[in-house]
Amino acid sequence: MAGSNPNAKPMDLTLKIWRQKDKNSAGQLVTYPLKNISPDMSFLEMLDVLNEELLVAGQDPVAFDHDCREGICGMCSLFINGRAHGPERGTTTCQLHMRHFNHGDTITIEPWRAAAFPVHKDLIVDRSAFDRIQQAGGYVSVNTGGVPDANEIAIPKTIADKAFDAATCIGCGACVAACKNASAMLFVSAKVSQLAMLPQGKVEAKTRVENMVAQMDVEGFGACSNTGACAAECPVGISLDNIAMMNREYLGAKASSENV
Amino acid sequence: MNWFTKTFSSTIGRKIIMSVTGLFLCSFLVVHLVGNLTLFYQDGGEAFNIYSHFMANNPVIRTMEIVLVLGFLFHIYDAIVLTRRNKVARPVGYAENHPQENSTWSSRNMGLLGTIILVFLLVHLWNFFVPARFGELEGVPNAEYTNLYAEVVRAFKNPIYVGLYVISMIALAYHLIHGFQSAFQSLGLTHKKYTPFIKTFGVAFSVLISLGFALIPLYFFFFVNL
Repeated sequence: MAGSNPNAKPMDLTLKIWRQKDKNSAGQLVTYPLKNISPDMSFLEMLDVLNEELLVAGQDPVAFDHDCREGICGMCSLFINGRAHGPERGTTTCQLHMRHFNHGDTITIEPWRAAAFPVHKDLIVDRSAFDRIQQAGGYVSVNTGGVPDANEIAIPKTIADKAFDAATCIGCGACVAACKNASAMLFVSAKVSQLAMLPQGKVEAKTRVENMVAQMDVEGFGACSNTGACAAECPVGISLDNIAMMNREYLGAKASSENV
Repeated sequence: MNWFTKTFSSTIGRKIIMSVTGLFLCSFLVVHLVGNLTLFYQDGGEAFNIYSHFMANNPVIRTMEIVLVLGFLFHIYDAIVLTRRNKVARPVGYAENHPQENSTWSSRNMGLLGTIILVFLLVHLWNFFVPARFGELEGVPNAEYTNLYAEVVRAFKNPIYVGLYVISMIALAYHLIHGFQSAFQSLGLTHKKYTPFIKTFGVAFSVLISLGFALIPLYFFFFVNL
Protein backbone atom coordinates (compact mmCIF):
# COMPACT_ATOMS: atom_id res chain seq x y z
CA MET A 1 0.00 0.00 0.00
CA ALA A 2 1.42 3.38 -1.01
CA GLY A 3 2.43 5.55 1.90
CA SER A 4 2.07 2.80 4.43
CA ASN A 5 4.68 2.30 7.10
CA PRO A 6 6.34 -1.11 6.61
CA ASN A 7 7.40 -1.17 10.27
CA ALA A 8 3.89 -0.60 11.59
CA LYS A 9 2.75 -3.79 13.22
CA PRO A 10 -0.89 -4.88 12.95
CA MET A 11 -2.75 -4.57 16.21
CA ASP A 12 -5.38 -6.49 18.08
CA LEU A 13 -8.19 -4.52 19.67
CA THR A 14 -11.23 -4.99 21.84
CA LEU A 15 -14.19 -2.91 20.70
CA LYS A 16 -17.11 -2.02 22.93
CA ILE A 17 -19.81 -0.79 20.57
CA TRP A 18 -23.29 0.54 21.27
CA ARG A 19 -25.79 -1.76 19.58
CA GLN A 20 -29.41 -0.71 19.31
CA LYS A 21 -31.91 -2.36 16.97
CA ASP A 22 -34.02 0.73 16.29
CA LYS A 23 -35.34 3.96 17.75
CA ASN A 24 -37.70 2.24 20.15
CA SER A 25 -35.48 -0.59 21.38
CA ALA A 26 -33.16 -0.47 24.35
CA GLY A 27 -29.50 -0.72 23.43
CA GLN A 28 -26.36 -1.91 25.14
CA LEU A 29 -22.60 -2.00 24.69
CA VAL A 30 -21.44 -5.20 22.97
CA THR A 31 -17.82 -6.35 23.04
CA TYR A 32 -16.08 -7.47 19.83
CA PRO A 33 -12.48 -8.67 19.60
CA LEU A 34 -10.78 -7.56 16.38
CA LYS A 35 -7.40 -8.82 15.16
CA ASN A 36 -4.80 -7.70 12.63
CA ILE A 37 -5.78 -4.07 12.24
CA SER A 38 -3.27 -1.99 10.26
CA PRO A 39 -2.23 1.26 11.96
CA ASP A 40 -2.63 2.91 8.53
CA MET A 41 -6.35 2.25 8.44
CA SER A 42 -8.79 5.01 9.23
CA PHE A 43 -11.17 4.43 12.10
CA LEU A 44 -14.04 3.83 9.69
CA GLU A 45 -11.99 1.32 7.68
CA MET A 46 -11.39 -0.53 10.93
CA LEU A 47 -15.17 -0.66 11.43
CA ASP A 48 -15.54 -1.85 7.81
CA VAL A 49 -13.25 -4.79 8.69
CA LEU A 50 -15.36 -5.57 11.72
CA ASN A 51 -18.55 -5.43 9.63
CA GLU A 52 -17.12 -7.82 7.03
CA GLU A 53 -16.35 -10.29 9.80
CA LEU A 54 -19.84 -9.86 11.24
CA LEU A 55 -21.42 -10.44 7.81
CA VAL A 56 -19.36 -13.58 7.23
CA ALA A 57 -20.47 -14.82 10.65
CA GLY A 58 -24.08 -14.13 9.67
CA GLN A 59 -24.53 -11.29 12.16
CA ASP A 60 -26.00 -7.83 11.75
CA PRO A 61 -23.23 -5.35 10.83
CA VAL A 62 -22.73 -2.22 12.96
CA ALA A 63 -24.63 0.73 11.48
CA PHE A 64 -22.65 3.99 11.39
CA ASP A 65 -22.87 7.20 9.36
CA HIS A 66 -20.22 8.02 6.76
CA ASP A 67 -20.01 9.58 3.33
CA CYS A 68 -17.05 11.46 1.87
CA ARG A 69 -14.41 10.01 4.20
CA GLU A 70 -12.36 13.13 3.49
CA GLY A 71 -13.39 15.11 6.56
CA ILE A 72 -15.54 17.62 4.70
CA CYS A 73 -19.09 16.30 4.56
CA GLY A 74 -19.98 16.13 8.26
CA MET A 75 -21.63 12.74 7.99
CA CYS A 76 -19.38 10.68 10.27
CA SER A 77 -19.75 11.00 14.00
CA LEU A 78 -18.96 8.57 16.88
CA PHE A 79 -18.04 9.22 20.49
CA ILE A 80 -14.78 7.31 20.77
CA ASN A 81 -13.19 6.60 24.15
CA GLY A 82 -15.10 9.44 25.75
CA ARG A 83 -14.36 12.04 23.06
CA ALA A 84 -16.33 13.33 20.07
CA HIS A 85 -14.56 12.13 16.87
CA GLY A 86 -11.98 10.40 19.08
CA PRO A 87 -8.93 11.60 20.98
CA GLU A 88 -7.23 13.67 18.23
CA ARG A 89 -8.04 17.37 18.03
CA GLY A 90 -9.32 18.95 14.82
CA THR A 91 -10.15 15.62 13.22
CA THR A 92 -13.30 13.92 12.00
CA THR A 93 -13.66 10.21 12.72
CA CYS A 94 -12.99 9.38 9.05
CA GLN A 95 -9.64 11.18 9.26
CA LEU A 96 -8.72 9.52 12.55
CA HIS A 97 -6.16 6.81 11.94
CA MET A 98 -5.58 3.65 13.91
CA ARG A 99 -1.95 4.63 14.52
CA HIS A 100 -3.28 6.79 17.36
CA PHE A 101 -4.27 3.61 19.18
CA ASN A 102 -2.13 0.84 20.61
CA HIS A 103 -2.07 -2.91 20.31
CA GLY A 104 -4.29 -4.37 23.02
CA ASP A 105 -6.43 -1.24 23.46
CA THR A 106 -10.08 -1.40 24.39
CA ILE A 107 -12.03 1.19 22.40
CA THR A 108 -15.50 2.31 23.46
CA ILE A 109 -17.67 3.56 20.58
CA GLU A 110 -20.95 5.30 21.30
CA PRO A 111 -23.42 7.40 19.30
CA TRP A 112 -23.85 11.16 19.91
CA ARG A 113 -26.04 11.53 22.99
CA ALA A 114 -28.73 14.20 22.93
CA ALA A 115 -32.51 14.25 23.23
CA ALA A 116 -32.56 16.21 19.95
CA PHE A 117 -30.44 13.50 18.23
CA PRO A 118 -32.41 10.28 18.80
CA VAL A 119 -30.57 7.05 17.98
CA HIS A 120 -31.87 5.47 14.76
CA LYS A 121 -29.82 2.30 14.90
CA ASP A 122 -26.53 1.40 16.59
CA LEU A 123 -24.24 4.41 16.09
CA ILE A 124 -26.50 6.37 13.73
CA VAL A 125 -28.38 9.31 15.20
CA ASP A 126 -31.04 11.46 13.56
CA ARG A 127 -29.52 14.91 13.07
CA SER A 128 -32.45 16.39 11.17
CA ALA A 129 -32.92 18.84 14.07
CA PHE A 130 -29.95 20.70 12.50
CA ASP A 131 -31.76 20.77 9.14
CA ARG A 132 -34.86 22.25 10.71
CA ILE A 133 -32.77 24.96 12.40
CA GLN A 134 -31.21 25.78 9.02
CA GLN A 135 -34.62 25.88 7.38
CA ALA A 136 -35.75 28.37 10.02
CA GLY A 137 -33.37 31.01 8.67
CA GLY A 138 -29.90 29.73 7.73
CA TYR A 139 -30.07 31.08 4.21
CA VAL A 140 -29.98 34.26 2.13
CA SER A 141 -32.96 35.06 -0.09
CA VAL A 142 -31.85 35.92 -3.63
CA ASN A 143 -33.93 37.56 -6.33
CA THR A 144 -33.97 35.99 -9.76
CA GLY A 145 -32.46 38.00 -12.61
CA GLY A 146 -29.11 38.50 -14.20
CA VAL A 147 -25.97 37.09 -12.66
CA PRO A 148 -24.34 39.79 -10.51
CA ASP A 149 -20.68 40.53 -11.07
CA ALA A 150 -18.32 38.70 -8.75
CA ASN A 151 -16.87 40.88 -6.00
CA GLU A 152 -19.35 43.64 -6.86
CA ILE A 153 -19.89 44.32 -3.16
CA ALA A 154 -16.72 45.31 -1.34
CA ILE A 155 -16.19 43.22 1.83
CA PRO A 156 -13.20 43.85 4.09
CA LYS A 157 -10.75 40.94 4.04
CA THR A 158 -10.93 40.45 7.83
CA ILE A 159 -14.73 40.15 7.70
CA ALA A 160 -14.60 37.82 4.70
CA ASP A 161 -12.12 35.62 6.55
CA LYS A 162 -14.23 35.47 9.70
CA ALA A 163 -17.37 34.68 7.72
CA PHE A 164 -15.50 31.96 5.86
CA ASP A 165 -14.16 30.48 9.11
CA ALA A 166 -17.73 30.28 10.44
CA ALA A 167 -18.89 28.80 7.12
CA THR A 168 -16.47 25.89 7.45
CA CYS A 169 -18.89 24.27 9.95
CA ILE A 170 -19.77 20.86 8.48
CA GLY A 171 -22.76 20.34 10.78
CA CYS A 172 -21.50 17.02 12.17
CA GLY A 173 -22.91 17.64 15.65
CA ALA A 174 -19.69 17.05 17.61
CA CYS A 175 -20.37 20.31 19.49
CA VAL A 176 -23.69 18.93 20.75
CA ALA A 177 -22.10 15.57 21.55
CA ALA A 178 -19.23 17.11 23.54
CA CYS A 179 -21.30 19.72 25.41
CA LYS A 180 -22.36 18.71 28.91
CA ASN A 181 -25.72 20.37 28.15
CA ALA A 182 -26.09 18.89 24.64
CA SER A 183 -26.25 22.49 23.46
CA ALA A 184 -26.26 23.35 19.75
CA MET A 185 -24.98 26.89 20.32
CA LEU A 186 -21.73 26.45 18.39
CA PHE A 187 -23.48 25.04 15.32
CA VAL A 188 -26.28 27.61 15.33
CA SER A 189 -23.89 30.47 16.00
CA ALA A 190 -21.64 29.46 13.10
CA LYS A 191 -24.66 29.40 10.79
CA VAL A 192 -25.97 32.71 12.13
CA SER A 193 -22.72 34.64 12.08
CA GLN A 194 -21.40 33.45 8.70
CA LEU A 195 -24.35 35.30 7.17
CA ALA A 196 -24.71 38.11 9.70
CA MET A 197 -21.21 39.38 8.89
CA LEU A 198 -21.81 39.72 5.16
CA PRO A 199 -23.83 42.45 3.42
CA GLN A 200 -26.00 39.90 1.61
CA GLY A 201 -26.89 38.30 4.92
CA LYS A 202 -27.52 41.47 6.88
CA VAL A 203 -30.83 42.02 5.06
CA GLU A 204 -32.49 39.18 6.94
CA ALA A 205 -30.16 39.13 9.94
CA LYS A 206 -32.67 40.01 12.66
CA THR A 207 -35.41 37.60 11.64
CA ARG A 208 -32.79 34.91 10.96
CA VAL A 209 -31.27 34.91 14.44
CA GLU A 210 -34.68 35.13 16.12
CA ASN A 211 -36.10 32.20 14.16
CA MET A 212 -33.01 29.99 14.32
CA VAL A 213 -32.64 30.41 18.08
CA ALA A 214 -36.36 29.75 18.57
CA GLN A 215 -36.08 26.56 16.51
CA MET A 216 -32.95 25.53 18.44
CA ASP A 217 -34.96 25.81 21.67
CA VAL A 218 -37.92 23.92 20.19
CA GLU A 219 -35.64 21.03 19.22
CA GLY A 220 -34.70 20.55 22.86
CA PHE A 221 -30.99 21.39 22.84
CA GLY A 222 -29.52 22.63 26.11
CA ALA A 223 -28.23 26.11 26.96
CA CYS A 224 -24.64 27.33 26.73
CA SER A 225 -22.47 27.15 29.87
CA ASN A 226 -19.43 28.54 28.05
CA THR A 227 -17.35 25.50 28.98
CA GLY A 228 -15.69 25.65 25.55
CA ALA A 229 -15.95 21.87 25.10
CA CYS A 230 -17.69 22.36 21.74
CA ALA A 231 -14.91 24.45 20.20
CA ALA A 232 -12.24 22.16 21.66
CA GLU A 233 -13.83 19.10 20.04
CA CYS A 234 -14.95 20.77 16.79
CA PRO A 235 -13.17 19.01 13.90
CA VAL A 236 -12.97 22.24 11.88
CA GLY A 237 -12.13 24.60 14.75
CA ILE A 238 -15.25 26.80 14.86
CA SER A 239 -14.53 29.58 17.38
CA LEU A 240 -16.49 30.48 20.51
CA ASP A 241 -16.47 34.05 19.18
CA ASN A 242 -19.39 32.99 17.00
CA ILE A 243 -21.48 32.28 20.10
CA ALA A 244 -20.73 35.74 21.49
CA MET A 245 -21.63 37.21 18.12
CA MET A 246 -24.91 35.29 17.98
CA ASN A 247 -25.86 36.42 21.49
CA ARG A 248 -25.12 40.00 20.47
CA GLU A 249 -27.19 39.58 17.30
CA TYR A 250 -30.01 37.95 19.25
CA LEU A 251 -30.23 40.62 21.90
CA GLY A 252 -30.02 43.40 19.28
CA ALA A 253 -32.67 41.74 17.12
CA LYS A 254 -35.02 41.16 20.02
CA ALA A 255 -34.66 44.77 21.11
CA SER A 256 -35.07 46.35 17.68
CA SER A 257 -36.88 44.04 15.24
CA GLU A 258 -40.58 44.51 14.58
CA ASN A 259 -41.34 40.83 15.11
CA VAL A 260 -43.55 40.87 18.19
CA MET B 1 -46.28 35.15 25.88
CA ASN B 2 -45.34 38.55 24.52
CA TRP B 3 -41.99 39.21 22.86
CA PHE B 4 -40.39 40.35 26.10
CA THR B 5 -41.14 37.27 28.19
CA LYS B 6 -40.41 35.09 25.15
CA THR B 7 -36.97 36.68 24.82
CA PHE B 8 -36.03 36.19 28.44
CA SER B 9 -37.35 32.64 28.67
CA SER B 10 -35.29 31.52 25.64
CA THR B 11 -32.02 29.75 26.42
CA ILE B 12 -30.00 32.80 25.34
CA GLY B 13 -32.34 35.17 27.18
CA ARG B 14 -31.91 33.25 30.41
CA LYS B 15 -28.14 33.27 29.98
CA ILE B 16 -28.31 37.05 29.55
CA ILE B 17 -30.19 37.27 32.86
CA MET B 18 -27.57 34.99 34.45
CA SER B 19 -24.81 37.29 33.17
CA VAL B 20 -26.38 40.59 34.17
CA THR B 21 -27.35 39.38 37.65
CA GLY B 22 -23.98 37.65 38.04
CA LEU B 23 -22.04 40.82 37.28
CA PHE B 24 -24.36 42.80 39.55
CA LEU B 25 -23.66 40.32 42.37
CA CYS B 26 -19.93 40.78 41.65
CA SER B 27 -20.36 44.51 42.28
CA PHE B 28 -22.09 43.67 45.57
CA LEU B 29 -19.09 41.55 46.58
CA VAL B 30 -16.79 44.55 46.11
CA VAL B 31 -18.95 46.82 48.25
CA HIS B 32 -19.37 44.13 50.92
CA LEU B 33 -15.65 43.38 51.09
CA VAL B 34 -14.62 47.03 51.21
CA GLY B 35 -17.05 47.59 54.09
CA ASN B 36 -15.87 44.50 55.91
CA LEU B 37 -12.28 45.71 55.80
CA THR B 38 -13.29 47.91 58.77
CA LEU B 39 -13.09 44.66 60.77
CA PHE B 40 -9.31 44.90 60.49
CA TYR B 41 -9.19 48.29 62.26
CA GLN B 42 -7.64 47.90 65.68
CA ASP B 43 -10.36 49.90 67.43
CA GLY B 44 -12.36 47.24 69.26
CA GLY B 45 -14.93 47.18 66.48
CA GLU B 46 -15.99 50.83 66.53
CA ALA B 47 -15.52 51.46 62.80
CA PHE B 48 -17.26 48.21 61.90
CA ASN B 49 -20.21 48.91 64.19
CA ILE B 50 -20.66 52.40 62.75
CA TYR B 51 -20.45 50.97 59.24
CA SER B 52 -22.99 48.22 59.94
CA HIS B 53 -25.31 50.72 61.60
CA PHE B 54 -25.12 52.85 58.45
CA MET B 55 -25.81 49.84 56.20
CA ALA B 56 -28.86 48.87 58.26
CA ASN B 57 -30.41 52.34 58.33
CA ASN B 58 -29.45 54.28 55.21
CA PRO B 59 -32.51 54.47 52.90
CA VAL B 60 -30.43 54.13 49.70
CA ILE B 61 -28.74 51.02 51.04
CA ARG B 62 -32.07 49.59 52.18
CA THR B 63 -33.49 50.10 48.68
CA MET B 64 -30.46 48.48 47.08
CA GLU B 65 -30.95 45.60 49.49
CA ILE B 66 -34.23 44.79 47.73
CA VAL B 67 -32.53 44.97 44.33
CA LEU B 68 -29.81 42.68 45.69
CA VAL B 69 -32.34 40.10 46.86
CA LEU B 70 -33.99 40.23 43.42
CA GLY B 71 -30.57 39.79 41.81
CA PHE B 72 -29.96 36.65 43.86
CA LEU B 73 -33.47 35.31 43.19
CA PHE B 74 -33.27 35.77 39.41
CA HIS B 75 -29.75 34.30 39.31
CA ILE B 76 -30.82 31.25 41.31
CA TYR B 77 -34.18 30.80 39.57
CA ASP B 78 -32.69 30.91 36.07
CA ALA B 79 -29.86 28.62 37.14
CA ILE B 80 -32.41 26.01 38.25
CA VAL B 81 -34.51 26.37 35.08
CA LEU B 82 -31.42 26.11 32.82
CA THR B 83 -29.93 23.18 34.74
CA ARG B 84 -33.17 21.22 34.48
CA ARG B 85 -33.41 21.97 30.76
CA ASN B 86 -29.80 20.92 30.26
CA LYS B 87 -30.38 17.61 32.05
CA VAL B 88 -33.40 16.88 29.86
CA ALA B 89 -31.33 17.69 26.75
CA ARG B 90 -29.22 14.56 27.41
CA PRO B 91 -31.45 11.83 28.86
CA VAL B 92 -28.93 9.04 28.12
CA GLY B 93 -25.35 9.74 29.12
CA TYR B 94 -22.10 8.28 27.81
CA ALA B 95 -20.64 5.05 29.16
CA GLU B 96 -17.22 6.63 28.79
CA ASN B 97 -16.65 10.38 28.84
CA HIS B 98 -13.53 12.50 29.36
CA PRO B 99 -14.70 16.11 29.63
CA GLN B 100 -11.50 17.11 31.41
CA GLU B 101 -9.85 16.91 27.98
CA ASN B 102 -11.93 19.78 26.62
CA SER B 103 -13.11 21.99 29.49
CA THR B 104 -12.29 23.13 33.02
CA TRP B 105 -13.80 21.54 36.10
CA SER B 106 -15.27 24.81 37.37
CA SER B 107 -17.01 25.55 34.05
CA ARG B 108 -18.76 22.18 34.25
CA ASN B 109 -19.72 22.50 37.92
CA MET B 110 -21.14 26.00 38.27
CA GLY B 111 -24.35 24.56 39.70
CA LEU B 112 -22.51 22.63 42.40
CA LEU B 113 -20.32 25.63 43.24
CA GLY B 114 -23.38 27.88 43.28
CA THR B 115 -25.20 25.51 45.63
CA ILE B 116 -22.26 25.59 48.07
CA ILE B 117 -22.36 29.39 47.92
CA LEU B 118 -26.13 29.38 48.51
CA VAL B 119 -25.78 27.16 51.59
CA PHE B 120 -23.03 29.46 52.82
CA LEU B 121 -25.21 32.49 52.15
CA LEU B 122 -28.05 31.11 54.29
CA VAL B 123 -25.67 30.25 57.15
CA HIS B 124 -24.03 33.66 56.79
CA LEU B 125 -27.39 35.49 56.96
CA TRP B 126 -28.28 33.41 60.01
CA ASN B 127 -24.97 34.29 61.65
CA PHE B 128 -25.04 38.06 61.20
CA PHE B 129 -27.94 39.49 59.22
CA VAL B 130 -30.74 37.89 61.24
CA PRO B 131 -29.41 38.88 64.70
CA ALA B 132 -28.47 42.36 63.45
CA ARG B 133 -31.83 43.08 61.83
CA PHE B 134 -34.31 41.01 63.83
CA GLY B 135 -32.51 39.93 67.00
CA GLU B 136 -31.32 41.78 70.02
CA LEU B 137 -27.66 42.53 69.96
CA GLU B 138 -25.87 43.85 72.98
CA GLY B 139 -25.54 47.62 72.97
CA VAL B 140 -22.43 49.70 72.99
CA PRO B 141 -22.12 52.09 75.99
CA ASN B 142 -22.73 55.73 75.06
CA ALA B 143 -23.44 54.91 71.39
CA GLU B 144 -26.59 54.66 69.28
CA TYR B 145 -25.40 51.51 67.47
CA THR B 146 -25.32 47.89 68.63
CA ASN B 147 -22.28 45.65 68.88
CA LEU B 148 -22.31 43.47 65.76
CA TYR B 149 -18.53 43.27 66.08
CA ALA B 150 -18.89 41.12 69.22
CA GLU B 151 -21.10 38.78 67.17
CA VAL B 152 -18.35 38.47 64.56
CA VAL B 153 -15.74 37.68 67.20
CA ARG B 154 -17.98 35.07 68.78
CA ALA B 155 -18.90 33.35 65.49
CA PHE B 156 -15.31 33.07 64.35
CA LYS B 157 -14.16 31.42 67.55
CA ASN B 158 -16.14 28.42 66.26
CA PRO B 159 -13.82 26.32 64.06
CA ILE B 160 -16.81 24.82 62.22
CA TYR B 161 -17.91 28.25 61.01
CA VAL B 162 -14.34 29.21 60.11
CA GLY B 163 -13.96 26.01 58.09
CA LEU B 164 -17.31 26.48 56.36
CA TYR B 165 -16.54 30.09 55.49
CA VAL B 166 -13.09 29.33 54.08
CA ILE B 167 -14.33 26.37 51.99
CA SER B 168 -17.21 28.48 50.71
CA MET B 169 -14.82 31.22 49.65
CA ILE B 170 -12.80 28.65 47.69
CA ALA B 171 -16.06 27.65 45.97
CA LEU B 172 -16.77 31.34 45.33
CA ALA B 173 -13.34 31.78 43.76
CA TYR B 174 -13.91 28.93 41.31
CA HIS B 175 -17.48 30.08 40.61
CA LEU B 176 -16.20 33.55 39.73
CA ILE B 177 -13.16 32.38 37.76
CA HIS B 178 -15.52 30.81 35.25
CA GLY B 179 -18.48 33.11 35.80
CA PHE B 180 -16.85 36.50 35.41
CA GLN B 181 -15.45 36.05 31.91
CA SER B 182 -18.36 33.80 30.95
CA ALA B 183 -20.80 36.64 31.67
CA PHE B 184 -19.08 38.85 29.10
CA GLN B 185 -19.16 36.01 26.56
CA SER B 186 -22.90 35.44 27.13
CA LEU B 187 -23.58 39.14 26.69
CA GLY B 188 -21.66 39.05 23.43
CA LEU B 189 -19.07 41.45 24.81
CA THR B 190 -16.02 39.92 23.19
CA HIS B 191 -13.30 41.76 21.38
CA LYS B 192 -9.82 40.88 20.28
CA LYS B 193 -8.42 43.80 22.28
CA TYR B 194 -10.45 43.58 25.48
CA THR B 195 -11.31 39.90 25.99
CA PRO B 196 -7.76 38.87 27.06
CA PHE B 197 -7.86 41.67 29.65
CA ILE B 198 -11.34 40.65 30.87
CA LYS B 199 -10.12 37.07 31.32
CA THR B 200 -7.00 38.06 33.27
CA PHE B 201 -8.87 40.64 35.31
CA GLY B 202 -11.60 38.08 36.06
CA VAL B 203 -9.14 35.60 37.53
CA ALA B 204 -7.40 38.28 39.62
CA PHE B 205 -10.77 39.66 40.76
CA SER B 206 -12.04 36.20 41.74
CA VAL B 207 -8.93 35.29 43.72
CA LEU B 208 -8.57 38.65 45.48
CA ILE B 209 -12.23 38.97 46.47
CA SER B 210 -12.42 35.40 47.77
CA LEU B 211 -9.09 35.70 49.55
CA GLY B 212 -10.17 38.98 51.16
CA PHE B 213 -13.35 37.41 52.53
CA ALA B 214 -11.58 34.22 53.63
CA LEU B 215 -9.00 36.20 55.61
CA ILE B 216 -11.70 37.61 57.92
CA PRO B 217 -12.69 34.39 59.74
CA LEU B 218 -9.05 33.25 59.79
CA TYR B 219 -7.91 36.58 61.27
CA PHE B 220 -10.53 36.45 64.00
CA PHE B 221 -9.92 32.78 64.77
CA PHE B 222 -6.17 33.15 65.17
CA PHE B 223 -5.53 36.75 66.24
CA VAL B 224 -8.51 38.40 67.91
CA ASN B 225 -9.60 37.92 71.50
CA LEU B 226 -12.28 40.04 73.03
